[in-house]
Amino acid sequence: MSFKQNITLGQYLPGSSAVHRLDPRTKLLMSFSFIMVLFIVRGGWVTYGILGLAALLTILTAKLPLGMVARGLRPILIILSLTIVLHIFSTREGVVLFRWWFLAVYSGGINQGLLLAARLVLLVLSTSVLTLTTSPIALTDAIEYVLKPFKRVGLPAHELAMMMTIALRFIPTLIEEAEKIMKAQLARGADFESGGLMKRAKALLPLLIPLFISAFRRADELAMAMEARCYRGGDSRTKFKVLRYTMLDSYAWVLFAALSALALYVSYL
Amino acid sequence: MPIKLEQVSFVYAEGSPFQQHALKDINLTINDGEFVGIIGQTGSGKSTLVQMLNGLLKPTSGTVTVNGLVTTAKGVKLKSLRQEVGLVFQFAEHQLFAESVAADVAFGPLNQGVPALELASRVDSAILTVGLPLEIKQRSPFELSGGQMRRVAIAGVLAMNPKVLILDEPTAGLDPRGRDEILARIRELHRERGITVILVSHSMEDVARLVDRLVVMHEGQVIHDAPPREVFAHGAALKAIGLGVPQATEVLQLLRQRGWAVPEVALTLEEARQAIAQAFGERRARA
Repeated sequence: MSFKQNITLGQYLPGSSAVHRLDPRTKLLMSFSFIMVLFIVRGGWVTYGILGLAALLTILTAKLPLGMVARGLRPILIILSLTIVLHIFSTREGVVLFRWWFLAVYSGGINQGLLLAARLVLLVLSTSVLTLTTSPIALTDAIEYVLKPFKRVGLPAHELAMMMTIALRFIPTLIEEAEKIMKAQLARGADFESGGLMKRAKALLPLLIPLFISAFRRADELAMAMEARCYRGGDSRTKFKVLRYTMLDSYAWVLFAALSALALYVSYL
Repeated sequence: MPIKLEQVSFVYAEGSPFQQHALKDINLTINDGEFVGIIGQTGSGKSTLVQMLNGLLKPTSGTVTVNGLVTTAKGVKLKSLRQEVGLVFQFAEHQLFAESVAADVAFGPLNQGVPALELASRVDSAILTVGLPLEIKQRSPFELSGGQMRRVAIAGVLAMNPKVLILDEPTAGLDPRGRDEILARIRELHRERGITVILVSHSMEDVARLVDRLVVMHEGQVIHDAPPREVFAHGAALKAIGLGVPQATEVLQLLRQRGWAVPEVALTLEEARQAIAQAFGERRARA
């Protein structure tokens, strides 16, 4: 009866490894670049092997428990299996391995499906390594910094970052709250698990209404507390934790560039 | 409905880096009709413990037996167990959801399948039991005061006619008057209906006057389990774990340190007053 354990995506795991100590801007831009590389390279097992090795090295350097990283992949399990199955049946390349009624499985289909699945896994891995090693606050600071150039065209960078910080901050709070209310209603004999779709949707009302009410109350209180401490938005605000780019970041970029170049070279050879 | 805990341990988030031992090797038996206080600092495991008693949480190891049913056994009907063991959560008013007080109080009994005829009388009696007027039934629970909302939430659990009533910090965040009223209602309930009441609190003052038996928890373990008078005699040990004793007892213990012949423990102000007056009289008679 605990949601919290099942949510790895977006969870921060405090630590002091080299990966943790990187500037959040480095990590943000690097995961972004990693995803770009992932889409630019032509799929091939050697290429993905190199990129996968890079991801694995990062995970090991960050001393993240592998089980926890793997659990972060669970939410995409359905998409993953769907992709593989769709590719297996829709690709008509290579040798026919298996034929049943109007369905035929080609070797190319299996290869394509697995390659795409590998791409998806790497994509999710890179983002979950980012959030697992970067505190939400540092991450939004980085996002604010990255979005700064767009301020000229009217993008409220600071406000967006603040909204994200608050949203991230309240995810665990709301989960905890939901769990508490759920337990309170279970104690009153509520049943969230049996019955048809309509019955189940209706059964959620005693959970959702109190949850919304408390979310609004919290929002009200937070706004009041921020105003009481003279919060007026971004312009004249200084930072408590100033982001600093260090040699460590340079090393990381060099390493990243080398591995990406290698992957690109191998794939277009 | 005797409740028996044997060697109960509970670990939060087992296997993750956030792993935390909430309960360690708890042995506890709660008999019918008892009025038990569970006291301990924040994080001592008291809320976890009470959630074990109606199967909302299941022990990582050990067994919880309620009325002969083991909560971890396969195919055990937890829903019926939860009707017998009513649990009022901390800040219970946060669970209110219905458009009227009556509908909210009726939620539990409806889940139980109580027939319509009986339902109305159950709702009425629960509302009266918590000391609210029946006129309140048609109002929205969200326009009531904090203390009234808390009482509606307690009524919602009472309407299920539980044989065991567990209240987790029922007075937290209430003003002194609201607190006294709720505690008085709980005491009445225990006396009149003879149900088992388990009161979780971190306030010594609250539990001292009410309970027959006091369970003190510290870091997931039961460190005292005795009548309040015996527990409060360990004033220094309680202070060491951040709990302290009721003010009435504290005054007496300070007086004893200065050589006054007063008893070690007083549960109420009145009791302390009499003890002090007596000691004062004796000293004067000797002089």
